[in-house]
Amino acid sequence: MSSDLARFAIRRLLSMLAVLFAVSVVVFLIFNVVPNGDPAVRMAGKIPTETQIEAIREEWGFDEPLYVQYATMMKNLFTGETVSYFTQQDVVEEIWKGLPRTLSLAVGAALIWMAFAIALGLYSALRAGRFSDRVVTVLALIGISMPVFWLGALMSYYLGYKAGIFPASGYVEFSDDPFQWFWHLVMPWTALSILFIGFYSRVLRSDILETMGEDYVRTARAKGLSERRVLLKHVLRNSLIPIITLWGLDFGAVIGGAAILTETVFNLQGVGQYAADAIGQLDLPPIMAVTMFGAFFIVIFNTLVDIAYAALDPRIRLEGETSR
Amino acid sequence: MVSPSREEAESAGTEFTLDSSEELSGDPAERPGMGPWRLTGRRLRRDKVALVSGVVFLLIIAACMAAPLWADKVAETTPEENHLSDQVLIDGKPTDVVDTLGKPIGPTWSGHFFLGADSNGRDIMVRLLYGGRNSLLIGLAAAIGTIAVGLVLGLLAGYYRGRADSVIRWLLDVIWAFPAVLLGVALGTALALGGLSIGPVTIQGDSLAIPTLIIAIIYIPYLARPVRGQALALREREFVEAARAQGMGSLRIIFSEVLPNVASTLVVFLPLLVANAVLLEAALSFLGAGVQPPSPSWGTMIAEGVDRIVTAPHLTIVPGVMLVLSVLSLNIFGEGVRDALDPRARVRIEH
Repeated sequence: MSSDLARFAIRRLLSMLAVLFAVSVVVFLIFNVVPNGDPAVRMAGKIPTETQIEAIREEWGFDEPLYVQYATMMKNLFTGETVSYFTQQDVVEEIWKGLPRTLSLAVGAALIWMAFAIALGLYSALRAGRFSDRVVTVLALIGISMPVFWLGALMSYYLGYKAGIFPASGYVEFSDDPFQWFWHLVMPWTALSILFIGFYSRVLRSDILETMGEDYVRTARAKGLSERRVLLKHVLRNSLIPIITLWGLDFGAVIGGAAILTETVFNLQGVGQYAADAIGQLDLPPIMAVTMFGAFFIVIFNTLVDIAYAALDPRIRLEGETSR
Repeated sequence: MVSPSREEAESAGTEFTLDSSEELSGDPAERPGMGPWRLTGRRLRRDKVALVSGVVFLLIIAACMAAPLWADKVAETTPEENHLSDQVLIDGKPTDVVDTLGKPIGPTWSGHFFLGADSNGRDIMVRLLYGGRNSLLIGLAAAIGTIAVGLVLGLLAGYYRGRADSVIRWLLDVIWAFPAVLLGVALGTALALGGLSIGPVTIQGDSLAIPTLIIAIIYIPYLARPVRGQALALREREFVEAARAQGMGSLRIIFSEVLPNVASTLVVFLPLLVANAVLLEAALSFLGAGVQPPSPSWGTMIAEGVDRIVTAPHLTIVPGVMLVLSVLSLNIFGEGVRDALDPRARVRIEH
């Protein structure tokens, strides 16, 4: 690693920490300034007395100044001692419980959407302008236009509940029964993938068409390479870079909360659904923890992609500050 | 809800260039020297699929605007009126709107309960039209809000560079880093409980302004980044230099010299932003953080429908089809606009 690349990486990592800090402050403030947000009142039960509320305030430290409360919360988050206001459960433990479910969903879906997107993108680029290209284009646009929770609910009802092909909802541990794990995830994977397949295949199609017009592709053809070789070695290799970039970013986003709708519709009990349940009760510690968890994944994948780009293209590290 | 690397986002903008119009001029009618907007209009008029999609979207808007008309004259009810114990004539027989098992009637294909009733005995057609008003209003308002704020931030950052640029870029990074749906839902739920009061402005908890605001903020970086990139390039161009030499002030240069040159980017972004804002509104409402019941929106209708999908699947299907139809027509139209303006432009927004 050359020294300017190292410097670039360090700069990116520092700015990543600053962004994470800002995210945590904003989330914390939002839930402390909203009206009816006072957790002590809601924790005290249906008909609380003033003294009860005061006691809870004192016990949980809600009477401290805001910055002290923030510091305590962040400290607990890092030492793993954050406890939900309402269920008294250990928040970090709950996230760990949901993580394999969210990861199963995200990894499987990411593989599926990439494979299908490459196949469809390549196919429609090679058939550009023909009828089959139009059909793929329309299908891709329909995929982009469908809300995942609607698609998921219809799949769960028609393919799961009515036809009984797949289990309508739920999750089975991989270690319990690998086949059932797979079978339960087929519908969630599909529902989550469709949007991305639509998007990536469009991007890939236009990248391939653009690359085909490049001089080096003409050169490759001119020196007598077979069309197949030109396509795989010269065209596809270059056209894949943009969607691989998107892939990294979207994968981070899906783990970091974008799968919340899919998890809820199929009742997968992942990290996103845990957050959705906590949000319903305005339970700050889990919301805070999951938001930070999500932001972390988004930012880390953003940063990794940036650093990878800088490693490939020296211009970015040197001009990084001015051109971005 | 993520986006491309900065480099890509930056180059996502579109600008009229000589070669892009030359490349496309297979049509003798596109003679050199034709203004860029006329050229675009001409190309768009040839794109029948995009035009039809645009018309479909306008028809959906018109239908939703006519919601009170349908409710008063045809269905004779309101979107929030329950008809739990009412009966309606089907094939001459009186039938319960909601039967004793709680199963609402399906489509009657006549004035009353044209598309059936929901489990509260409310007329779905009426709710669909009024819900469309809410969904589309939020989508349009949020998109305009995003464009207004994103444009100003992008122009200022790109033109002034230096410290203003650093601050704005960092701000965009922070918005970018939020797990958007998660934050949207958290914010929406918190605000729906208590409303919002900043100084003299008070917003009720069930106000449409809350989801609109959340959605508008979430999409700001998607617009501000490409605008900034363009402003950065434009400020070095000769015509800006000439304006500076004439003694024009910075703000005036930004708005009279730079702004017109990013206008095409805004035009490309608008339909796609609206489409995505409508989808995000549906997602927020589905999770209970958008439009608050009993007000209808397509998202809340789907949410209510999914709870009863086993007894009455039409409650889920009907609003979903409307949602997909509007978003799809906007997406196709948006692609047509983009192709007409600059086929090489890359726009990426996600919901």
